[in-house]
Amino acid sequence: MAAKTKNNQDGETRRDFLQLTAGAFGAVGAGAVAWPFINSLNPAKDTLALSTTEVDLTPVEIGQSITVMWRGKPVFIRHRTQEEIEEAREVDTADLRDKQTDEDRVEKPEWLVLVGICTHLGCVPVGQKNTEPRGDFGGWFCPCHGSHYDTSGRIRKGPAPKNLAVPPYEFTSDTSIKIG
Amino acid sequence: MASGPREKFDNPVVEWIDSRLPVFTLMNKEYGVFPTPKNFNYFWNFGAIAMFMLVTMIVSGIVLAMHYTANVGMAFDSVERIMRDVNGGWLIRYIHMNGASFFFIAVFIHMFRGMYYGSYKQPRELLWILGVVIFLLMMATAFMGYVLPWGQMSYWGATVITNLFSAIPLVGEKIVTLLWGGFSVDNPTLNRFFALHYLMPFVIFAVVFLHVWALHVTGSNNPAGIEPKTKKDTLPFHPYYTMKDTFGLLVFIIVYALFVFYAPDYLGHPDNYTPANPLVTPAHIVPEWYFLPFYAMLRAITFDIGIPFTDITIISAKLGGVLTMFGSIALLILLPWLDTHPIRSARYRPLFRTFLLLFVVVFVFLGYVGSQPADATLGPLPLSVFGLLGTAYYYGFFLVILPWLSKNEKGRDLPASIHESVLG
Repeated sequence: MAAKTKNNQDGETRRDFLQLTAGAFGAVGAGAVAWPFINSLNPAKDTLALSTTEVDLTPVEIGQSITVMWRGKPVFIRHRTQEEIEEAREVDTADLRDKQTDEDRVEKPEWLVLVGICTHLGCVPVGQKNTEPRGDFGGWFCPCHGSHYDTSGRIRKGPAPKNLAVPPYEFTSDTSIKIG
Repeated sequence: MASGPREKFDNPVVEWIDSRLPVFTLMNKEYGVFPTPKNFNYFWNFGAIAMFMLVTMIVSGIVLAMHYTANVGMAFDSVERIMRDVNGGWLIRYIHMNGASFFFIAVFIHMFRGMYYGSYKQPRELLWILGVVIFLLMMATAFMGYVLPWGQMSYWGATVITNLFSAIPLVGEKIVTLLWGGFSVDNPTLNRFFALHYLMPFVIFAVVFLHVWALHVTGSNNPAGIEPKTKKDTLPFHPYYTMKDTFGLLVFIIVYALFVFYAPDYLGHPDNYTPANPLVTPAHIVPEWYFLPFYAMLRAITFDIGIPFTDITIISAKLGGVLTMFGSIALLILLPWLDTHPIRSARYRPLFRTFLLLFVVVFVFLGYVGSQPADATLGPLPLSVFGLLGTAYYYGFFLVILPWLSKNEKGRDLPASIHESVLG
């Protein structure tokens, strides 16, 4: 009698164990099947292949700016004048919302490279042409909600929380860069 | 579904089918003799109207999909081709475009009806929650549909809304990349939005089926908010409410048709007739009108929430706005447990009635706030202050006023029966 009860209890624990492990394997299996489907929505290889852009800087005169596309986003490249560089470097970083020195934001002081997307709600700021409004700090101005950026692309006034992003880039020669 | 004794049909073909699959018995039970409270007012039309709009959207959408091309190089032109070259294409597109607005109009009124007469209360909580789920699915569907014409508002609306997910701590950026299928809103985004926009109406249809099923288990609420007790309190659904619904529907369709034929672009934005351009942002990005109150709540949070006197931020303004917006829908789901007052109908709850009508006014006002540029002012004050006040009332209504009223509102005496309430 006692032996039989013990057997029954054993049977139940074994069944619980089998049920749990079967359930766990089922869940892991379902996850393993789901992952390729979810991952297929991530950037495809051809999209990734477009994730670097090479730019020839020779035609850009001092004081001029150009806009290039990188990963479907506008990238601002400005050939800064000496005054613009000095203006950007004179600022006391303690006064800034997003504290960064100009030196941290450029490879070579005369070339400023930025992702041209306002960090507030993603609009494209104006100020690439000399004729466009550049805001109170001589850099860029976002017309959507009035953010002002300085000559280092740092946020100085308005609702944007962060400085214009600096994309990863490197100089492949003195006059050309590779973004991405 | 239908089991138990079945009445025979006279028509032999109907009888042959029904004895094998009792669809006729089911239809007769649920839509023929179905006992329905006899005191419905015209607010009770809007469920049927919403159903009609869903079918209209699916039918017009399927036809449009046969002419539309989901590719960034061709989408805008394919919509223009529908407008100019496809036979009757302009009509079908305007039916679909304005249909979205009128679907939302019907659903907003339907939801207001539910709130005013306490239709979310026990035993109809799940019925109400299924309704909120439908509303969420509708919002997602409408948003993705608006991206498809690939105009400036499509592109920038998609950019702003998908960027909301970047507010999620740690994994936000990864999620946004996953949503986009790239590093900005681009062809993969458009392609998947089209696939999902086609799929989701059928998901909505399935949830509507559950919603109606749940309705037929509990039976309809009514303007008096008391359950029918005797046969005197109800009428058979057909012909009484099939007729009343048809009449209301026709009036609704007349207004809908006026927009389709005489003001088809009134509810849209001219910017969306400019092809999408990733390099130029429209000066003023606004969502479609039915999202405006929620958009106002998103923008109402303009400050970081952190530990005072330090630089430490716990919730950034951006995340705060996103949480506030999604929270406003979550509150709707919780509504049956926030308002636990035993009386259902606002007719017999004067205080609740006043606060609810004020809630509607505030909701419409938030819509106005959402439609204005972020730096707009109202009198001497920035409009965002009013956005914040409106948001505070929205939250206060659910989290403070309703629980307080549940405990403290006395309410008027309820009529003894629906029959008595009708006779006065």
